[in-house]
Amino acid sequence: MTLRDKTAVVGIGATPYYKRGESLPQTELSMACRAILAALDDAGLTIKDLDGFTIYSSSCDPAQVASVLGVPEVRFAASLTSGGGGAAGSLGLAAAAITSGQAEVCVTLMTLQQAARRLGGSAVGDGGAGLGGGGRSPYGSGGVPSWAAFIGGAGLMAPGHSFALLTKRHMHLYGTKREHLAEVAISQRENAIRRPTALQREPLTLDEYFNARMISDPLCLYDYTMETDGAVAAVVTSAERAKDLRHPPVFIAGSAHGGMGRWGSAIFTYFQMPDDYFASSGNRPIAKRLYAMAGMGPEDVDVALLYDHFSPLVIMQLEDYGFCPVGEGGTFVADGNIRWKGGSIPVNTHGGHLSEAYIIGMTHIREAVEQLRGDAVNQVDGAEVALVTGGPSGLPVSGTLLRR
Amino acid sequence: MTALKQGTYPAMMQDPYADATTQPFWDAALQGRLVAPRCRSCGTYVLPPQPYCFTCQGTDFEWTDLPGTGTIYTFTVVRHPLSKALAAVVPYVSGVIELDGTQGAGARMLLNITGFDPETVQIGDRVEIWFDKISDTFALPRARPAQA
Repeated sequence: MTLRDKTAVVGIGATPYYKRGESLPQTELSMACRAILAALDDAGLTIKDLDGFTIYSSSCDPAQVASVLGVPEVRFAASLTSGGGGAAGSLGLAAAAITSGQAEVCVTLMTLQQAARRLGGSAVGDGGAGLGGGGRSPYGSGGVPSWAAFIGGAGLMAPGHSFALLTKRHMHLYGTKREHLAEVAISQRENAIRRPTALQREPLTLDEYFNARMISDPLCLYDYTMETDGAVAAVVTSAERAKDLRHPPVFIAGSAHGGMGRWGSAIFTYFQMPDDYFASSGNRPIAKRLYAMAGMGPEDVDVALLYDHFSPLVIMQLEDYGFCPVGEGGTFVADGNIRWKGGSIPVNTHGGHLSEAYIIGMTHIREAVEQLRGDAVNQVDGAEVALVTGGPSGLPVSGTLLRR
Repeated sequence: MTALKQGTYPAMMQDPYADATTQPFWDAALQGRLVAPRCRSCGTYVLPPQPYCFTCQGTDFEWTDLPGTGTIYTFTVVRHPLSKALAAVVPYVSGVIELDGTQGAGARMLLNITGFDPETVQIGDRVEIWFDKISDTFALPRARPAQA
């Protein structure tokens, strides 16, 4: 029993992408509904066909969306735990629901509006309230958890702080340089320049990169994702049913999520990962299972859509997914390997989170589908297989291989 | 809050909000001692304290004094303050410390690292843990350059 090629992504829908807060007066709910209806329409399906929600990071409340949109009957509603690490894996959740006969048409989505709530926000102030609710938590006793005092004193409470720690260790072990991080940011910006949906379309030079505000050394402004709003949805159904729909099917060749148990929550509050994979994206066990399921290896991948909340994690994923040996990701990107034109493995041809928009991984799924349909803005000639990843964050992280 | 000082991240809590699993750590901290729970079955150190040993799943721990020294495993220099109120604190150095006497992973601490030049601090630098008394119930551990 395997998920290989038994299901397909058949529809993609999205709102425009907005700078943080500019999606008002829409709401996260209204944008979710808009993306779902657009994805169903793209597939040639309607809301009457939808019966499953296979999401991640609790991106929406299926009860609310189903009632608002009038879904006739929900037969499957589940979310991968943790956060953006599950983005690619949510396609595998859909495949699992469909191949086990529990649902026929599933949607995964992310909807995000950072007007009032900022994902990169910190737990500063409020007497530790941000560490666990403080005295204002609506849950339970409202107490600060006992682990908070072990963490809070360091003042490292924003995502960039955490990823700076992984990056510094990677630099120490392998000689990774800021120039390597810059190549990730600059190559993705080059891709975004040609893409109308991208929010950052001005060229980025090496000088601008090095003159940018240093935030959490060694990470500067351009190593960080943007803060954006918007929603993207993807519809999955069986390979059989996919044959009769509007677009050629994009088959789910394999999907895996999880991670080593001791990877744990990995960042923010933990940092107890064993030495041999501390300075990684946590995706090595995912890559192994994913390639085995799909019967493929890194040499079969034509385009890689790697979750890029921070530029160095692209480098670590290139290593974890076997595009280069562990420790050589920096020189691998410096040699031009991830460029759309001339690269051995074009990466984030849509501009990624760094330059197109940050919808917590869903834009990567959208780009993979466009590449495999052959209508991407930065089309990789003859692309047949795309890798999409989620995370790196706390367990589970995830990866999915799509093929046309 | 006492006056802000560049390099020293101000304590955001006045109490460790300890429970039975963590109280011995904070009791020792008030005395200036670094202690950690060590699994009586297999010897694994677990910090922050947890209800189970991740090596053998034991639940019986012995609180053990550590040398109070260690090594910088990784760090970041925070140069952009999280809020305007912290403008006087940046740049500050914080990171992961591997504690002498433990097995490393599983007993690392995430600490503010004071007393180093942010431009020259390196992974592998030796540190000692010191305790910054915040209140009658809370002494916050920080790291600083080890005395030769």
